[in-house]
Amino acid sequence: MGEIVKVGMADMSCVYPPKILVTLGLGSCVGVCLYDRENKISGMVHIMLPYSHQIKNNSNLAKFADTGINKLLEDMIKIGAIKSRIVSKVAGGAQMFNFNDSSDIMRIGSRNVQAVKETLKLLNIPLIAEDTGGSYGRTIEFYSETGMLLVKTIGHGSKWI
Amino acid sequence: MAISISDLNSEQIDVLKEIGNIGAGNAITALSKMVSKRIDMRVPVVNIAEFKEVAEIAGGPETLVSGIYFNVSGDINGCIMFLIDSKSSRTLVNWLMGKKDTNVDFDEIEISALKEVGNILASSYISSISTLTGLKITVSVPFIAIDMAGAIMSVPVILFGQVGDHVLLIETDFLEGTNHVKGNFFLIPDEKSFEILLKSLGVI
Repeated sequence: MGEIVKVGMADMSCVYPPKILVTLGLGSCVGVCLYDRENKISGMVHIMLPYSHQIKNNSNLAKFADTGINKLLEDMIKIGAIKSRIVSKVAGGAQMFNFNDSSDIMRIGSRNVQAVKETLKLLNIPLIAEDTGGSYGRTIEFYSETGMLLVKTIGHGSKWI
Repeated sequence: MAISISDLNSEQIDVLKEIGNIGAGNAITALSKMVSKRIDMRVPVVNIAEFKEVAEIAGGPETLVSGIYFNVSGDINGCIMFLIDSKSSRTLVNWLMGKKDTNVDFDEIEISALKEVGNILASSYISSISTLTGLKITVSVPFIAIDMAGAIMSVPVILFGQVGDHVLLIETDFLEGTNHVKGNFFLIPDEKSFEILLKSLGVI
């Protein structure tokens, strides 16, 4: 088993195998995992909001889908990942409270997922697995050695994607 | 220039603490009347916490908790989150419904009872702030989620954390006989509301 590296809220990290990237209690936030299929360099970013340009206070790049994924990709390439070999897995984006108003700000989970997908598409990074939406929290563990993502929940089982 | 929670001086923090005290006291009195039991309260601990510490305060990001959420609007805007661990949630439901269960799975009626407890606590809390400050503040209906603390707290953090990184946290602790309920009350005003709140109290 590799060493565990925790990724907090609005935080990111990239590692060499066999390290394991973990983020605890994802709600409406989204955990994005990128990895190079050949040399297994892996990265995870825990984003909170869709787009940096919609917010004034946007100095933390890891807070947003667009800047977070771009920065993570950059960091991974710096330590030896090759962009054309990078694929992605995504989890989170739940709607934790059943708000009866459907204003944009209240549907933040699905907006986050959408922004992540749009950003990945722009960067030409294939999304090979996802476990998103629903109304429950998730803890995710990314195993760089195998490229597998373990998604754990309370009362909704756990699965490998 | 808007003030953020992290810029507060000690006098301002003391005033906010005192509001926390009064608010929580009124809230407990209301709860006590509702369940017709004598409920004692320990002096609440009031803290200014960073968002990233919040899940730790609730027992860690993966701890199973009940989170009852309210939107706050009117002269100030923001939200209230009341977090109770699963054991305390059960105790509250038992008080309210005259049960002696110990499991932490709740059926629909029990969930509705929990919401109601949250409602009473949040409303009496806000009404004491409102009386003290003369501000007009209303609270939304309660929304509940029973899940990981980290996942639940991500909601107010996202909604109101776009401007600041701190929350006002009131940790309350109440007892009835040997039963013990520990709850965390988070008041998360938006950027402008802090200033309005402190101004109305005469400490700016």
